[in-house]
Amino acid sequence: MTSRLMKSFAVAVFSIFSLAVSLEAVAKGGGEEKDSTKKNSFNAQEVIFGHILDGHEFHFFDIIHGDGTHTPVGIPLPVILYSPQKGFDVFMSSKFHHGEHDHDGYRMLTEEHIEKLKEEGVDVKKQGLNAGKIVPVGTDGKIDAAVSVYDFSLTRNVVQMILALALLVWIMISIANKYKRGQGVKTAPTGMQNLMEPVIAFVRDEVAKPNLGAKWEKYLPYLLTVFFFILINNIFGLIPGTANVTGNIAFTLVLGVISFIVILASSKKHYWGHFFNPPGMPLGIKFILVPVEILGLFIKPMALIIRLFANMVAGHIIIICLISLIFIFAGLNEYAGWGTSIFSIAFTIFIYLIEVLVAFIQAFIFTMLTAVFIGQTYEEVHHDDAHAAH
Amino acid sequence: MLETVGSIANAGGAIGAGLAAMGAGIGVGQIGKGAVEAIARQPEALNDIRSNMILTAALVEGAALFAIIVGFLAMVL
Repeated sequence: MTSRLMKSFAVAVFSIFSLAVSLEAVAKGGGEEKDSTKKNSFNAQEVIFGHILDGHEFHFFDIIHGDGTHTPVGIPLPVILYSPQKGFDVFMSSKFHHGEHDHDGYRMLTEEHIEKLKEEGVDVKKQGLNAGKIVPVGTDGKIDAAVSVYDFSLTRNVVQMILALALLVWIMISIANKYKRGQGVKTAPTGMQNLMEPVIAFVRDEVAKPNLGAKWEKYLPYLLTVFFFILINNIFGLIPGTANVTGNIAFTLVLGVISFIVILASSKKHYWGHFFNPPGMPLGIKFILVPVEILGLFIKPMALIIRLFANMVAGHIIIICLISLIFIFAGLNEYAGWGTSIFSIAFTIFIYLIEVLVAFIQAFIFTMLTAVFIGQTYEEVHHDDAHAAH
Repeated sequence: MLETVGSIANAGGAIGAGLAAMGAGIGVGQIGKGAVEAIARQPEALNDIRSNMILTAALVEGAALFAIIVGFLAMVL
């Protein structure tokens, strides 16, 4: 009885959701008839990049009015600018009114601004201008090239990362204090300990111990920190409306560089000896092997960086593409939009659940490969196997 | 002229992504085949095989994602 009730409840929620989405599609289609300019037609590229890139606000949705105008709904974030000519400037991003107004001689570029600049013959790509970038403007309303500006804003990636970090630190310190009091050491663990202990034990037993040999205890804090930091940011990024922190190349670059430093710091003389002078090889082969080893040294962290970045971006793009399909079809035909929404949402839910799995797998893979690479730099017993694995 | 170049770049990106998906599909298929055969032969080694399988699959997937990124850049830049 209850399962049937749950089922009908799920169906009702799903119907209302698809109805709301379809109505929005209808509204978009309606706007298009009145004004056939680019502004109202659905631009999938703009939507996709708006979701995966960083921004100065948390953007949730647009309210589309009868006359085809949009009212974006979101949370504004602080903008912190420093310019050698103008000094520091701090204000909320809502002052820009989503790029419609200039504030204090600064302008947030929108797609329309970019289009206008292109028409004026400005090489937008060469000057690094893109939607969401803050540029100084002169009194004549043009971009003031004489003023340079450094953007230190708390963008949504930064804000979300800080929130995730605060949550992680709070969870970890609270369970650490419980263990200090003896809870979970001699008695059964309680509350959050039950959630975290198996994961910590998993990283210790499956990642650290098999790959790092006798010195696993030295590297375990680093591995656990990286694992939970990536994991919590991956999971935060999956909440609808949030930023895509782990799908940002700058974020993964920093993690990769830290891993690279740890790998280098853990290396021993033995490793570098094998690195520059592979034993038991003819001289001609050494000339090939040494450059390959040097390349491999840099490719390892590069692979870590791009794997995490590409996995998270790809997941977010797939989800947003499936949702965009509804609006693309609704632009052709209202009923096609209704029909597509059913399949599209079903697929989105499926991919979303896969993304939850990927969030864990990518955190695990990053930690695992870091541990493998660290292990390779000082492992002495199996050095022949380690070389074969390259 | 610019339009044609743009559409060729789009086609190139799409074909590249498709080829990468094919390669990765074959690779992950081989890994899965190997893992299932190994588990059938030695069910007691299930845990070791599973973690190695995920690791190798992630490496193959990484190669595919490199290609996706390159295809993406071909379309955007």
